[in-house]
Amino acid sequence: MKQRVKHFLLQHGPVLLSFVVFLLVYFAGSRMYPAMQKPQVFFNLFINDASLLLVSIGMTMVILTGEGGIDLSVGGVIALVSTASAALLRAGVNPYVVIPLMIVLGIAFGAMMGWIIQYLKVQPFIATLMGLYLARGVAYIISLTSVSIADPVYKQIALTPIYLPGMENVYIYPTSLVGPVMLLVTIYLSFFTRFGRTIYAMGSNEQSAILMGLPVARTKILVYAFSGFCSALGGIVFSMSLLAGYGQFASGMELDSIAAVVIGGTALTGGVGNVIGTLFGVLIHGTIVSILQFNGTLSSWWTRIGVGLLTLVAIGIQSIYTLRQKRS
Amino acid sequence: MVEANKEIVTMKGIYKSFLSVQALEDVDFTLNLGEIHALVGENGAGKSTLIKVLTGVEQPDAGVVMINQQKMTIRSPQHAQEIGISTVYQETNLCPDLSVAENILIGREPMKWGLVIDRKAMNDNARQILQELGVDLDVTQTLGECSVAIQQMAAIARALEISSVKVLVLDEPTSSLDMSEVDQLFQVIRKLRESGVGIIFITHFLDQVFEVSDRITVLRNGRLVGTYETTSLARLELIQKMIGRSLAAYDNMTQTKLESSQHIESEALLEAKEVGLAGSVEPFDLDLHAGEVVGLAGLLGSGRTEIARLLFGIDKPDKGVITMDGEVIKNYSPLDSIMRGIALCPEDRKAQGIVGELTVRENIILAMQADLGWFKYLGMKKQYEIAEEYIKLLNIVTPSADQPVKNLSGGNQQKVILARWLATNPRLLILDEPTRGIDVGAKAEIQKLVLLLAEEGKSCVFISSELDEVMRTSHRIVVLRDKEKTAEFSGDVDEPTIMHAIGGSE
Ligand SMILES: Nc1ncnc2c1ncn2[C@@H]1O[C@H](COP(=O)(O)OP(=O)(O)OP(=O)(O)O)[C@@H](O)[C@H]1O
Ligand SMILES: [Mg+2]
Repeated sequence: MKQRVKHFLLQHGPVLLSFVVFLLVYFAGSRMYPAMQKPQVFFNLFINDASLLLVSIGMTMVILTGEGGIDLSVGGVIALVSTASAALLRAGVNPYVVIPLMIVLGIAFGAMMGWIIQYLKVQPFIATLMGLYLARGVAYIISLTSVSIADPVYKQIALTPIYLPGMENVYIYPTSLVGPVMLLVTIYLSFFTRFGRTIYAMGSNEQSAILMGLPVARTKILVYAFSGFCSALGGIVFSMSLLAGYGQFASGMELDSIAAVVIGGTALTGGVGNVIGTLFGVLIHGTIVSILQFNGTLSSWWTRIGVGLLTLVAIGIQSIYTLRQKRS
Repeated sequence: MVEANKEIVTMKGIYKSFLSVQALEDVDFTLNLGEIHALVGENGAGKSTLIKVLTGVEQPDAGVVMINQQKMTIRSPQHAQEIGISTVYQETNLCPDLSVAENILIGREPMKWGLVIDRKAMNDNARQILQELGVDLDVTQTLGECSVAIQQMAAIARALEISSVKVLVLDEPTSSLDMSEVDQLFQVIRKLRESGVGIIFITHFLDQVFEVSDRITVLRNGRLVGTYETTSLARLELIQKMIGRSLAAYDNMTQTKLESSQHIESEALLEAKEVGLAGSVEPFDLDLHAGEVVGLAGLLGSGRTEIARLLFGIDKPDKGVITMDGEVIKNYSPLDSIMRGIALCPEDRKAQGIVGELTVRENIILAMQADLGWFKYLGMKKQYEIAEEYIKLLNIVTPSADQPVKNLSGGNQQKVILARWLATNPRLLILDEPTRGIDVGAKAEIQKLVLLLAEEGKSCVFISSELDEVMRTSHRIVVLRDKEKTAEFSGDVDEPTIMHAIGGSE
């Protein structure tokens, strides 16, 4: 039993740690600003970081594949999806057509990058950076300025709060549910399907995975398509909550999301970590933002500084962990 | 025997070259259903390459591969598995971050409702397959935490698990297994043979070749020497076919040893008194002299490697003292040991030694450079001189000193690591399984080399699980059993006596 516990801790240490750090940060925040003790403030994290959570879920899977796997295009896809859907809605296209179309766009975009990475042997860093520029560029071609959304369906989804049962006056929006649902889906994918296990095998040792006869090429393309899918969802959620689309939306979100993944205990070298940790990574990010909002006087750059420091610490801890494991 | 003697694999006129190396040249190979076919040859002869061509890792430059008399292009290892070829590659091909059970079954996991991996069934299944191989362990633990032998067993278990397997390929599966594990493996593959599976078995242990195989195919320098019935071939004949000359080096070993034993210093170079480490090895005494080869014999896991780790300062003893040149050692660390003139050529060379991306020359220079300190630069010309010297001395098969090590055959990679430690010119050289995966010819050369080094005044510790090799090279033999030093022999002893000490009293 004791062995079991030790084993569990050793294996899931970084993820558990992200949970503990989240509790600590949130606790510290609510000590400084008692208003943060209100449940609504906690649920606001899911409202404000809905898109970040979605893209970080996709990012986690990409980073897990290892061999430098990374998706820098996520912010660009959000910008493109929001602008394209705003333009289509303005042109009078039915929202129930627009949403699936955007999802297909995201999947196709991701699959294309995956194909380039797999078959043209382009570094993921370069291929997805190109994707980022391409997506933002196209968004600006569609419109140089912000396009607002007046579609009634979008408006309704965006402005209908869902009151949580059993709690007084605590609400979220329908869009904040997409992330948690995707989280559950991804937990299922990563632990209970061959697709997910192949991702972990690749991240652990890609050459071995090939020799073991696993469908490495297909899985790699699928992972980038999955990340494109998550980004498209993120883009739809983003455009719903702001009721607009703009090429400048979500700038720098790729970096926030990578930070959230790393703080959540996923190794940049792949094979180790999971999306549950990423959830805490995102929540930590959101908490730091709220603390600064409550403070009101500090520059918002302190978020970046805080997140940056935490990322550094997370990477340090991971290195120590891997060293430990190697030695034992 | 369902379809015995039916040809399942036919390879004709296979050519394969890597840049400047002709790895295979006009090689023919056939495998029947229901036979164990040994593939032998020196390091770099092309055995692994032939397997890689058969299993779709590499595509041949020319030649035909037929499966079941039908011409086939095998596109990838995945494709090979689909048509019933299951392979254990020489470089253990597993994922250290996944559990043992997953490594065995990934890609073929049992599913619940067609949707969810049934982890319980998967673990049960994996446990059962391992039990058939005589291994009993917690299959949920991460593979990376297991010993090399267990990892090897897991790789074999994975290959055995495929139910539709018609061809089983084992590329040096036994190099990290002990005797009983090998026996267990042989039982299993004999059973498979009975059920009509064709098995290709690559090894450098000739005893094993004669023990299990029905036919033997010999490769030399990428060319086919021939295919023979095992019963029609004598051991010496086989060696001659493999290396293309008769093995003279073996014969005058005893003479060399006798001569070199006159150079042993009476003063001890290193002395261990009651040295031990809880959980690793029981307290032992050991003295090492310049000019002497001390062999450590014992089964896998008997404590041989643990002693090596203590002597080299990787582990710090919690009992006893080690003195070198009469001075008590206080700082235990590999770097301090290197400074004192100790070198350790480790057992698990893949994990601890080889830097695949670096060239042969860079790999050989590596430890020397650490010895010199990073700022004292070794001239390029000198580096090449040293590299060339060891390439010649150890007979490393490589097109040049500038070849990345990962492109060398498995055995030649090991020789490079050996060269690295020889190049530091140590006073005390600890060799942990230096001949693992090295062919017979080179084995004899390395054994001779060790005696030669002793004659030059070095002190050597020679660790091996092959007893005849320990006996041939060592002036003195220390036997270990269950993490404890149980006996020490010097002078003339016969094999049964030592065997007895190794196995315990029955
Ligand atoms: N990817 C590669 N690039 C360049 N050369 C290679 C590559 N793979 C193999 N070789 C060369 O091909 C030759 C045959 O290698 P191979 O691995 O087939 O030998 P082997 O018979 O399996 O030897 P060993 O017993 O040492 O494992 C060697 O000279 C090796 O250096
Ligand atoms: Mg080989």
